[in-house]
Amino acid sequence: MTPNETRATGPATAGRAEPIVVARGLRKIFPGRAGDEPVIAVDDVSFELFPNECLAIVGESGSGKTTVARMLVGLETVTAGELAVRGESRAAGVKRLADRRRWAKEVQYVFQDPYSSLNGRQRIGDIVATSVALHAGDTATRRAVQRRALEILDSVGLDERFAAKHPHQLSGGQRQRVAIARALAADPAVIVLDEAVAALDVSIQAQILNLLADIRAAREVSYLFISHDLAVVNQISDRMIVMEQGRVVDGGRTAELLAEPVHPYTRSLRAAVPRPGWRPVRRERLAS
Amino acid sequence: MTDPLLRLDNVRAALRLRGGEQELLRGVSFTIGAGEALGLVGESGSGKSLTTRAITRMLDPAFRVTGDIAFEGASVPRMNAQALRRYRQRDVGMIFQDPRAHVNPVHRVGDFLTEALVRDRGVDRRDAERRAVELLDEVGVRTPEQRLRQYPHELSGGLLQRVMIASVLLAEPKLILADEPTTALDVTAQSDVMAILDEQRRARGLSLLFITHDLELAAACCDRLAVMYAGEIVEQGAHVYEAPRHPYTIELLGARPSIEHRVERLPVLRYDRAAHELLKAEAS
Repeated sequence: MTPNETRATGPATAGRAEPIVVARGLRKIFPGRAGDEPVIAVDDVSFELFPNECLAIVGESGSGKTTVARMLVGLETVTAGELAVRGESRAAGVKRLADRRRWAKEVQYVFQDPYSSLNGRQRIGDIVATSVALHAGDTATRRAVQRRALEILDSVGLDERFAAKHPHQLSGGQRQRVAIARALAADPAVIVLDEAVAALDVSIQAQILNLLADIRAAREVSYLFISHDLAVVNQISDRMIVMEQGRVVDGGRTAELLAEPVHPYTRSLRAAVPRPGWRPVRRERLAS
Repeated sequence: MTDPLLRLDNVRAALRLRGGEQELLRGVSFTIGAGEALGLVGESGSGKSLTTRAITRMLDPAFRVTGDIAFEGASVPRMNAQALRRYRQRDVGMIFQDPRAHVNPVHRVGDFLTEALVRDRGVDRRDAERRAVELLDEVGVRTPEQRLRQYPHELSGGLLQRVMIASVLLAEPKLILADEPTTALDVTAQSDVMAILDEQRRARGLSLLFITHDLELAAACCDRLAVMYAGEIVEQGAHVYEAPRHPYTIELLGARPSIEHRVERLPVLRYDRAAHELLKAEAS
């Protein structure tokens, strides 16, 4: 691994809590199309996610950051290496429906585009209630489930008038609030936020980032925050790892890493972010 | 004073609906001088893309457009079909957010680049290809001869956007309209593409209208900025980024997280349509 790995190991929060998620030497190889070489999307990735922290995975398109997240929730199989949630391996993949449900209760996923990840025919209240009912067990009464769904919607800033609406009647920011509410309904230990604010306007992005901070202040939850936007990552995450072409090339406390990036790739990412006094610069000639 | 290259004077566009009209551009005025770059900045729905479509007279016929748009003193709304075609083909070059949506996927890059020259300008095919190769080289595309024979899907997004820039430069326009040209790209590719666009534009003395949601990016690449809100320009000038005066601009700049430091909570925009109308009523 890189010399920087030591910087990435300890939890940002105080205490010596056990990590919730542990990835060790994680690999994902996609078979190539006819005649093509297989694609190594994720190559020897290791990280730990501790309780009540936000770990960002930063990288450009094709770096493998989303593939890591998808393996964590069982949307992709693991080719090699170890991936465990609370000590239970997820590397073997989902075998039974009960397993999938148990996994989903611990790790929830919020996608970039809430419009395509919400059921357009379901009312907002039902979208959240379905998730509450699924994870609440058989003892919960219908009325208790409905009440809980309204409480969760309220906690993400959507009052009960929204419960009767459909996703298409909402703005992009409101839809992302619904997606977050649905994730919270499972009462998960980890929420994967995959470019969850990337498509939002600046004014809406600020609201959602504040909401995510509020949620962490109100309850114990960890975020795995997948993003290409270093300014957003600086605002929300405690620690970050940097991925390039499937490998983790850098990692550490976000504030330190962004204040004084040492690794050349992190430096180049940092240098490309527009800021006061910044000028765009040409790279060397592109071959791809 | 000579005419600016492009002048928009109180441009309004109202969408005709069953129940009446909805005005989506509400009196947009600005000028772009020869060799000047103007950044038109706004959030989604602010009317920045509608403005570019109005400039090229490509708004849907369901819009009722008033006000004047003049290019080198000639009124665009009053151009006849022939003049309009010439204006769109020769005077204005367009670069879009998604280059893949604007190239024919079954045509080779070379055909895409040379088609307009050969068909509309009567340039010899070999001559056109030679010029295309030169330009691809200038915008930093390696092995340009090979690229001409490839199809768009074989090129990465950043590379394809460079091909789009080359195609615009080939037509030798006076004004480039770039609508979120780097929004779909990674930050390093964005920096690269903007640097190329900036450098090539300056070298040729071309004017640029740069449409973006990113105030910081626009400030780095433009001489002046114009900030749009709800179909209007609320503030424009060279001062906008360093010393914004309009409350919307100030709040918009404050809401963006910073890579330098972290804040407890991001300031949330309080500026809304009601505040906007109130401010306008007070000003008049």
